[in-house]
Amino acid sequence: MIRSVLMLGCGILFGAGLAIAGMLNPAKVAGFLDIFGLWDPSLAFVMGGGVALNLIGHRLVIGRGHPLFAPNFSLPTRSGLDVPLLLGAAIFGIGWGVAGLCPGPAVASVLLKSSDGVVFGGGVFLLLLLAGLFVGQKVKNQMLGAAV
Amino acid sequence: MMVIDWAEFTPLTAFIGGGMIGLAAMLLMAVNGRVMGVSGILTGMMASQKRGDSGDSGDRSWRWLFIAGTLIGPFIVWAVRGEAIDITPVAAGWLLPVAGFLVGLGSAIGSGCTSGHGICGLARLSGRSFAAVGVFMTTGVITVFVLRHVI
Repeated sequence: MIRSVLMLGCGILFGAGLAIAGMLNPAKVAGFLDIFGLWDPSLAFVMGGGVALNLIGHRLVIGRGHPLFAPNFSLPTRSGLDVPLLLGAAIFGIGWGVAGLCPGPAVASVLLKSSDGVVFGGGVFLLLLLAGLFVGQKVKNQMLGAAV
Repeated sequence: MMVIDWAEFTPLTAFIGGGMIGLAAMLLMAVNGRVMGVSGILTGMMASQKRGDSGDSGDRSWRWLFIAGTLIGPFIVWAVRGEAIDITPVAAGWLLPVAGFLVGLGSAIGSGCTSGHGICGLARLSGRSFAAVGVFMTTGVITVFVLRHVI
């Protein structure tokens, strides 16, 4: 029960943080990526704030030995660069640049309306995002399987 | 050469919102021992649906609770502020679903997105995440450059 409340609270904190930071606004994200036009550096501060806090927080948490409600920490085990990592990141960046939405904000904004009241297609975006995740998972397994 | 858009620049709210995102990542690790990567969480939700999952119920439900919270969060900000969250789309028509598919495809193949690699991975000082963030920032910048200044 406590665990469930904490997990819901964690999501609320994340969704609210995204909204306050301006990450739900595709125009703001595109403004950040538009370094050759009129550049809005705000998103560097979002990442700076998030990383700074978690840089300390992560160490404090890991130092406790184990999570409150799980036997151990599930951290990524792969190390070193590989083709799927770089190829995937490149594809992700293209989609992110086109729509100004990444997975967190795509979820957080899916129940909201755009500022001009016009349907902005967040639901369609999220649906195709899920399809992309499904296909991408298979592609990644294929690529890593072939590499072994 | 670089021209800053001072009218749109919001460093304080960006930093506060970013801090809340970092705090959420810390909380998820402390409580559940999981990395707060939204693409991974969504993938896990779909997988548990398909398998019917045999793991303990706590492991199954946390993703749904986290995503439910993510949906609720912006409404609380809306209520507190008394004004709707600013959402100005940049893509329309067929570009939007195509972009959505690319975002999903890329984050699955690349094992993470802005939250997993960007917030959590950088804070863990993961070399893979530094590389991923460098690559997706670069292709994102190139994409916006091409869309806004070339085409």
